[in-house]
Amino acid sequence: MRVAGKGQVDRRKPVRFTFDGRTVHGFAGDTVASALLANDVKLVARSFKYHRPRGVMGVGSEEANALVTVGRGAHQEPNVRATMQEIYDGLEVRSQNRWPSLDVDLLAINDLAAPFLGAGFYYKTFMWPKAFWERVYEPIIRRSAGLGALSGEHNEDLYEKAFAFCDVLVIGAGPAGLMATLTVARAGADVLLADEDSVLGGRLNGEREEIDGIPAVEWAADVVDELASMPNVRLMPRTTVTGAYDQGTFGALERVTHHLSGATGRPLECFWRIVAKRTILCAGAIERPIAFKNNDRPGIMGAAAVRTYLQRYCVAPGKAVTVFTNNDDGHRTARDLKAAGVHVTAVLDSRKDGPDGEGYPVIRGAEVCDTGGRKALESVSYRTVSGEENLGTDCLAVSGGWNPTVHLTCHMNGRPAWREDIQSFGPVDGMVPGMSTAGACNGTFSTLGALNEGAAKAKEAVEALGFMTNAVDLPSADDAPYNLASLWAVAGRGRAWLDFQNDVTVKDVKQAVKENFRSVEHMKRYTTQGMAPDQGKNSNMGALAVLADATGRGIPETGTTTFRPPFVPVSIAAMGAGAQGIGFAPERLTTSHDACVTAGAPMIEAGLWYRPSFYPKAGETKWRQSCDREVLMVRNAVGVCDVSTLGKIDIQGPDAAALLDLVYTNTFSTLKMGKVRYGLMLREDGTVMDDGTTARLDKDHFVMTTTTAAAGPVLRHLEYVHQCLRPELDVSMVSVTEQWAQFAVAGPKSRELLTGIVGEDVDNENFPFMGCGEITVGGVRGRLFRISFSGEHAYEIAVPARYGESLYKLLVQKAEALGGGAYGMEALNVLRIEKGFITHSEIHGRTTAFDIGMERMVSAKKDCIGKTMSERPGLYGDDREQLVGLKPVGAVKQLTAGAHLFEVDAEPVRENEQGYTTSVGFSPTFESFLGLAFLRNGRARHGEQVMMVDHLRGVTTRCEVCDPVFFDPEGGRMRG
Amino acid sequence: MRLSCPHCGERDRREFYYMGDAVALNRPDPEASDVEWDDYLHNRDNPAGVTRDLWYHEGGCGAWIVVTRNTLTHEVIATELAANVKEASE
Repeated sequence: MRVAGKGQVDRRKPVRFTFDGRTVHGFAGDTVASALLANDVKLVARSFKYHRPRGVMGVGSEEANALVTVGRGAHQEPNVRATMQEIYDGLEVRSQNRWPSLDVDLLAINDLAAPFLGAGFYYKTFMWPKAFWERVYEPIIRRSAGLGALSGEHNEDLYEKAFAFCDVLVIGAGPAGLMATLTVARAGADVLLADEDSVLGGRLNGEREEIDGIPAVEWAADVVDELASMPNVRLMPRTTVTGAYDQGTFGALERVTHHLSGATGRPLECFWRIVAKRTILCAGAIERPIAFKNNDRPGIMGAAAVRTYLQRYCVAPGKAVTVFTNNDDGHRTARDLKAAGVHVTAVLDSRKDGPDGEGYPVIRGAEVCDTGGRKALESVSYRTVSGEENLGTDCLAVSGGWNPTVHLTCHMNGRPAWREDIQSFGPVDGMVPGMSTAGACNGTFSTLGALNEGAAKAKEAVEALGFMTNAVDLPSADDAPYNLASLWAVAGRGRAWLDFQNDVTVKDVKQAVKENFRSVEHMKRYTTQGMAPDQGKNSNMGALAVLADATGRGIPETGTTTFRPPFVPVSIAAMGAGAQGIGFAPERLTTSHDACVTAGAPMIEAGLWYRPSFYPKAGETKWRQSCDREVLMVRNAVGVCDVSTLGKIDIQGPDAAALLDLVYTNTFSTLKMGKVRYGLMLREDGTVMDDGTTARLDKDHFVMTTTTAAAGPVLRHLEYVHQCLRPELDVSMVSVTEQWAQFAVAGPKSRELLTGIVGEDVDNENFPFMGCGEITVGGVRGRLFRISFSGEHAYEIAVPARYGESLYKLLVQKAEALGGGAYGMEALNVLRIEKGFITHSEIHGRTTAFDIGMERMVSAKKDCIGKTMSERPGLYGDDREQLVGLKPVGAVKQLTAGAHLFEVDAEPVRENEQGYTTSVGFSPTFESFLGLAFLRNGRARHGEQVMMVDHLRGVTTRCEVCDPVFFDPEGGRMRG
Repeated sequence: MRLSCPHCGERDRREFYYMGDAVALNRPDPEASDVEWDDYLHNRDNPAGVTRDLWYHEGGCGAWIVVTRNTLTHEVIATELAANVKEASE
């Protein structure tokens, strides 16, 4: 019901939205909750376990009852707090956790079965028979678990993530937060003020009080206006700070366009990482309920929430409101109701010494012991020394006191301390480095106290940062006492709710204690109290108090459960913004990418790079046809392949050679200028790290190539060896992988192809095998390396990346004119297997130089990384599995990678395993499958036969063991 | 978590690669005993308190950094260039 008053809704702007298909009228500035209450909609949700009728209880993000689903289809969002969702025209809101409708919910039968559904019932119920665990129980439990549901459709909404930096972060824009921000801002420091509400002001928006002689809400608006005009202030409404992390880092969720209709082109949410030198937490406090029988009916609300609906939204949540309180704050609600012309049935004050009523009846020493009404509150029963009475009422405003919102202070393992004066836990200094607390979250509940503390903590913070504070006049404000006499639960039979969201009652907590789940953490998990979206914001203190009482311990000894981030639920979509679909991983594309795609080559991932698998020609329907053709093309004519993805590290300096001698097993200081050498790199533990070629372009200038996958790790390793082990070496290095486009030109006609493209003579004098040098290509300075990964006469030609695309096209065009063309990864792999060249399939992190037959490359004349450890017993010798070649010799001609090797007559079980295959491919050159494998004592077993058994694919092949170099073992083709 | 790179200033930890204990600076002589090599390669303390480890500013300047920090409080006590630490130790 709307009442007269100014409030903060715009009555000139009516807004229509739907709730369960029914049109609801509200005004701009309303939330779903306030609009529903204005329309006297009491029943808005069903509870989690018992499907009890529930209504709006609070006013902020702590709301435990009024969770709704917003939107439809891909945009559907479940478990939205009706108290946080601002309304707009066309907003579609639905209730959840009910079937077939909110009004008639068949699962409300659970409520009748409640005696069987108490704490831990599923641990006891779903035990027998065992056969039911997965087939019956799990599907049932899964179906009834959870509240709202996702649509299951692809999420099409936009999300964003961002970073922000400031001198001071102020969390919460109530009186303390506004005062703190003003003080910091006037001192000239960069300040960021985040508040989860759409309107800054905190509790001031819901109170009827004055600051400096003007209505508090106007004072707040004036301060916000001043702040908004200052260049060093950033105001972030609708932003919940969700977690405190190391070194002044905070997570925050901004609801950017949840309050706007239709496609805005802007993100729905933005997840912020805010870095602040100092933080002032002004998060306020959360009003706590009191547990009594049937305290969960629609119409039973927080007393301060009732005030907010009245002041801010001009909504009276009832026609005849009763207040139940254990402190002076409840009386404030009664006064506000009275002033707004709403009938106050009575203030039931549990204290014997509560204040007198101001035009409303006060019943002292009264405790509510039951309520009536099914889908909406109709009556309350209360008990005094003189007996039990009944009152007709449609709204019960409950004030059980306030709990400081200490959550963020605890995120770095800090524990809050019990405060007797406020009967709650409060923050302790230093729980989060650089964070101070002010106002209600620090247990200072009066407006004046909050303003003073906000200013004082801000002064401290800015002065610590070296700013001079200008005097900020402290405004005059209300300083009403709190006068709390704690009351957690009213004694009596029947179910009294503690945790509304998880349907946990006083009885459940007592049951947990009876079954010896006495620790607070055990009680929480046994009863599920404090779980789920609200994380016990309303219920933790009450449950603790009941637990303490039941175990005979005090509340301080009982302690709290651990507060962990996030403070409110954060959608994964917001945290992972930008990482959906193609954004999941960065894409690195070579300069020939477009040409490869145009040629129809399927692109495969190689780390973050994309490389062509093969280039299908007309009539080729299987990849093998293309691959075989490309292999033979390289063997007989010439092929072109983009090898730019290999890591390229430019190493310069007088000690460059000395560094290479240390990281490579072999010697590079003896390498002549204009020559290239193959190098092997070990990890310090003696296993092989990477291999590649390094060219000496000049006396103090080398270019190292690494495998595609190891480019980053190798550069990191080189920097480590230089900076951490040999900083005295005068050498610098940098990755130039992306600066150079590099193409392999391989095959007997490779020299013919390059003639005319390269400005210089490409002959054996200028470019002998393993020679290198600078060249000109179409007027561009490039580099040519005579190296081969195919076993053919081959080159790699490099130009600055911006010329890569045109050079690639030119090379392919010329290759095709010579009967060749482009070849992809499949052909490259077959070519290197034929030649016995290794890749990371062989140097996979468990093999040593000895295993791959390169132990003689570990120079005896010098030290190198990994040398000492490679000489450990067990890393060499006959027992090691050594690199061999395999050829099928039986009826089955197929080889598979990852298969295991056994002696011919041995049973193919683990105990008899002799080795395994690492790389296989069909060689069109030999018209046979060829494989590389590691075989125990393999080098001594050439000519023997073994069985390759692939248990996974069901392949058993008789193989002959041979040298891993199948093709041109003398190397005449490469050298010629 | 944020680390202060001696070259670049305070940066988000996502810019850094973590290696492990700064004992990695003290590579033994090739002729050192098996025990020394074993300690260097494999044996690490797991202190509840102050620890020194090596980080690499991979997403930045490429500096290896010795970070002194507290594993209990997460306080970063000091950051130094590994090259300087190594040179000072010799």
